[in-house]
Amino acid sequence: MTDHFTPDSAAQPDGPAPNDGRRSFIKQATGLLGLALAPPLVGQAERLTALSKKVAGVSEMKLKVNGTVRTIKAEPRTTLLDALRENLDLTGSKKGCDHGQCGACTVLVDGRRVNSCLTLAVMSQGKEITTVEGLAKGEELHPLQQAFIEHDGFQCGYCTPGQLMSGVACLKEGHAKTDGDVREWMSGNLCRCGAYPNIVAAIRQVEKSGFKS
Amino acid sequence: MENFTYLQASQAKEATAAVRDHKGAAFIAGGTTLLDLMKLNVENHNQLVDINMLAFKGVEQTADGLRIGALERMSDVGENPLVMQQYPVISQSLLQAASPQLRNMASIGGNLLQRTRCGYFRDTAFPCNKRQPGSGCPAQEGENRNLAILGGSKACIATYPGDLAVALVALDAVVLLENAKGKQRRVPLLDFHLVPGNTPQRETVIEPGELIVSVTVPAAAHARKSMYLKVRDRASYAFALVSAAVGLDVQGSQIRSARVALGGVGTKPWRSLTAEKILTGAPATEATFRAAAAAAVRDAQPREQNRFKLELAQNTLVRALTDVAAKA
Ligand SMILES: Cc1cc2nc3c(=O)[nH]c(=O)nc-3n(C[C@H](O)[C@H](O)[C@H](O)COP(=O)(O)OP(=O)(O)OC[C@H]3O[C@@H](n4cnc5c(N)ncnc54)[C@H](O)[C@@H]3O)c2cc1C
Ligand code: SF4
Ligand code: FES
Ligand code: FES
Repeated sequence: MTDHFTPDSAAQPDGPAPNDGRRSFIKQATGLLGLALAPPLVGQAERLTALSKKVAGVSEMKLKVNGTVRTIKAEPRTTLLDALRENLDLTGSKKGCDHGQCGACTVLVDGRRVNSCLTLAVMSQGKEITTVEGLAKGEELHPLQQAFIEHDGFQCGYCTPGQLMSGVACLKEGHAKTDGDVREWMSGNLCRCGAYPNIVAAIRQVEKSGFKS
Repeated sequence: MENFTYLQASQAKEATAAVRDHKGAAFIAGGTTLLDLMKLNVENHNQLVDINMLAFKGVEQTADGLRIGALERMSDVGENPLVMQQYPVISQSLLQAASPQLRNMASIGGNLLQRTRCGYFRDTAFPCNKRQPGSGCPAQEGENRNLAILGGSKACIATYPGDLAVALVALDAVVLLENAKGKQRRVPLLDFHLVPGNTPQRETVIEPGELIVSVTVPAAAHARKSMYLKVRDRASYAFALVSAAVGLDVQGSQIRSARVALGGVGTKPWRSLTAEKILTGAPATEATFRAAAAAAVRDAQPREQNRFKLELAQNTLVRALTDVAAKA
């Protein structure tokens, strides 16, 4: 029983630890699949008036992820995180808490970092979504990915995709000028393994190299 | 999360009617409070009305102060040069709240309507008068470390958790509301949030279907010389244990006007007019600040685990007043 958001509450009742999260996640994923296979429940996107839009039940949604527009079938309640992982097989973005408390699900939407677990897929249509899968150019790693390897910026790696996306945004925002700045502006990304000093070092190295994203 | 119908509104009238006329409907802006609580089944809505297309935007200087559109994002307002220079307490309260990701998502209107982090409220396995009126309040004798010492009742002692509203209430902000008939009304933020009394489920004066359009803040010397001091269990990304929003206009060594509000300790954003009265006209000394801080928490009713807030709140207030008085 915790109330305010304290370090522990990220993993307690209102934010399960990765293990519990995984279990309930599988349950939820099966539920979604079941619905997608049930024809009578298939709804559709319809236009009400000039500009307003109504979506009920399972419908087609178009998401532009890492430069490619892809179509999925999902319900309005589908989060962007679930759409990426379950519908698009982009499992780089991780589900840590599912409540905005850990940052493992961080992606860029129109260039800004957001928590995809508290974002609805239906509201992400028409926007540019960038996930960790979109960072490297072919075999060439993004400078921040390279720096994470050089500085040992992870242990288990669960938080890493979120750290990378948040780090890329942090650099672009100009919030990586000092170690203190990085610590403050990366505070939305928790690391259970405590790789923090190495993450800070990796981001600072890219900042000092003058990299422009 | 239970399923819902999604509606994107292009006009305010359409949005307000869709919520007023549909039982169980709610507006969604950033979704960071709403979806969090819907996933916990603390809130259930069968229709979400997306208001992000509405024109409630802009951060601008008006003839008598500042106007912020309800759909502006916390990050943009927090880093807006006008806000940073003329209303530092507002900028600081925003940039010390939540995380960079959440601030990119969360809107100003939604921020004012965020709900308590009381653990019993967030867990449907427990009774809670706010979530289920009449079911009881386990926090009175239970886990209440983070709960309120000011403005509580036998029915509820939940803390208002937000930061921005504490800064805004200190600076006499006014909320502009619009209902489904297109009628607008202005409510001082001081009167916007309600203390729990016997109806902890009613948190603000907003009516079903009413939208927050914007927030206005009058310009003032004490607004330019203001600051937000937030004390938490860790350095960043945590709700306030105690916070202080203060503004001072000091001429020579005498205080001409003062604004004082506390966060993390009240059932609503807690303005202390008593503290302000003590400060106004008095010399800007530590003795004055101590007297004001003592007055600010005089009516406190701490519970077993949150007694420490009594001293913490006073020390936070004294520190904030000292720092702001020393500012050029
Ligand atoms: C992990 C975490 C940590 C956080 N830490 C902090 C913190 O330290 N300090 C802090 O202040 N906050 C904190 N927050 C709260 C956060 O700031 C709020 O969730 C956010 O500001 C809500 O804005 P939103 O646009 O996302 O609201 P939504 O979730 O979209 O809406 C919230 C409520 O307001 C209603 N609503 C939204 N806009 C309007 C409008 N214009 N008119 C009428 N009704 C409206 C919705 O119907 C809903 O009931 C934290 C949140 C999380 C998840
Ligand atoms: S303090 Fe309020 S929110 Fe918390 S359990 Fe009691 S009634 Fe519910
Ligand atoms: S999964 Fe933890 S913030 Fe989204
Ligand atoms: S959580 Fe294991 S590397 Fe960060």
